Amino acid sequence: MSDLSDLYQEVVVDHSKRPRNFRKIEGAARAAEGYNPLCGDRVAVYVKLDGDRVADVSFQGSGCAISTASASIMTETVKGKTIKEAGVLFDSFHDLVTTGNAASSRATPLGKLEVFSNVSNYPARVKCATLVWHTLQSALRGEQGAVSTE
Amino acid sequence: MGIETITRAEPRELAALDLPRVRDDFPILFQKVHGKPLVYLDNAATSQKPRAVLEALQHFYTADCSNIHRGVHLLSERATAAYEAAREKVREFINAGESREIVFVRGTTEAINLVAYTFGRQQLQPGDEILITAMEHHSNIVPWQILCETGAKLRVAPINDAGELLLDDFEKLLTGRVKLVCVAHVSNALGTVNPVRQIIRMSHSRGIPVLVDGAQAAPHMKVDVRDLDCDFYAFSGHKVYGPTGIGALYGKAALLEAMPPFHGGGDMIRSVTFEKTLYNSIPYKFEGGTPHIAGAIGLGAAIDYVSRIGMDRIAAHEHDLLTYGTQVLARISGLRLIGTARQKAGVISFILEGIHPHDAGTILDQEGIAVRTGHHCAQPVMERFSIPATTRASFALYNTREEIDALAAGIEKVKGIFA
Ligand SMILES: Cc1ncc(COP(=O)(O)O)c(C=O)c1O
Repeated sequence: MSDLSDLYQEVVVDHSKRPRNFRKIEGAARAAEGYNPLCGDRVAVYVKLDGDRVADVSFQGSGCAISTASASIMTETVKGKTIKEAGVLFDSFHDLVTTGNAASSRATPLGKLEVFSNVSNYPARVKCATLVWHTLQSALRGEQGAVSTE
Repeated sequence: MGIETITRAEPRELAALDLPRVRDDFPILFQKVHGKPLVYLDNAATSQKPRAVLEALQHFYTADCSNIHRGVHLLSERATAAYEAAREKVREFINAGESREIVFVRGTTEAINLVAYTFGRQQLQPGDEILITAMEHHSNIVPWQILCETGAKLRVAPINDAGELLLDDFEKLLTGRVKLVCVAHVSNALGTVNPVRQIIRMSHSRGIPVLVDGAQAAPHMKVDVRDLDCDFYAFSGHKVYGPTGIGALYGKAALLEAMPPFHGGGDMIRSVTFEKTLYNSIPYKFEGGTPHIAGAIGLGAAIDYVSRIGMDRIAAHEHDLLTYGTQVLARISGLRLIGTARQKAGVISFILEGIHPHDAGTILDQEGIAVRTGHHCAQPVMERFSIPATTRASFALYNTREEIDALAAGIEKVKGIFA
């Protein structure tokens, strides 16, 4: 079985304790909330767009280390990407955390997100990693209401 | 009679709680999880099943399987006798006066819903109130909220920071509008043992009936419904070492008789014509359709098993684990116990500073330690303590002090990862 240190890599622990872009963007063009009723994790994602490009993205909320680190690294990764590129990233990230392998896209590499490859060995934790991405998608689509993992 | 044919496991006389022998009765315990010996501390969610229960199920399906109350053939007679013998065992287990006061249901949730949909719908008028406590499981909240859609109101008695019911506030809320009091005997999230006798006395002095959610009490202490004088008592078989999908509702005969039926169907009727249907007598009026026959028989075997060991002995052992566990865990820096009532059953809920319970749960699992993390189907309790979730260790008769030591070591490992 996998070693725990594969799940809680230093990068993950670091981002969970000192999340980046952990703030609200006042007057954000897009915002959405996500909720995991199973564990009570809540996350809000704020996006500022420049055309179809993510000029700034941030989050707030409370959750486990996996969900907080996932949110933190997500904001770092998608900043500056186009909405379409963010969608491609989500697809490969989703593959990564469910199967352990990502259909890697040369144009939009996962980069630091690779630290979550071992989440696939912990099926109960997949939703922790993906909640914030679902929430981002919802924000980018300009949807109203909260996203739920259930 | 059926008793001997269904319970083939050798009865065992235990002079004192002989842990190695007890553990030997639970084959599931002897396995490795992620390469480590299983330490099962999630007993409040469901407890493991002794061989006697597994054998009773196996015996039913290999020797007696048949529908009940219907056939004239031998197998049906045996199945019916075994099913009714199980009802009698449940009666004795909680010391009800008559076995017709025992209704087989799927579990605590269904038992409470049964009362809400029958007694509740019949008795509650708009403006009437149902009084519960702030430490209830969702299954003792939501059925009443659904019932309240007809205009009744749900009132909630508060708890203090230790997780104890504030009896004075409870009493103030016991107004003439309250038509039913519903309270957990033992809280699954906090371990608090509620003063149910006192609650019942207070309520009865005002003519208010009381339903007790015994899901977490029945496995851990001797329950005596006549001594308590409760009007309804609900519990789940799967938490008392029995199968899932079976449980019991106790109701005083006079109340059950006055209640309308629950599920319409076979077995719950005396005669059916398109003009008029006559309902069966209690408890069958509430047992429409083919019940979980094997489950009831398995529950009977579980009751035989714990009775042989003795509920008092089980309670004493679990109390020892609770005391020891509380001491060991309280020594861990950064650990905060949630639920520090003076009267507690074998449940220890806690949080670790700066560490989310889900991360703790995953890391403990990798150490072979099964605990529950989350809100424990008691979100209002989490809200009361301003926390999203806890990690919960809950004990059963087969747990050992060594397993608590393993938990403590696991918690240190969790802390190490986030240090
Ligand atoms: C206090 C309490 N009430 C009710 C229930 C519901 O029991 P069940 O899911 O078996 O119906 C539980 C079990 O989770 C419980 O702990």
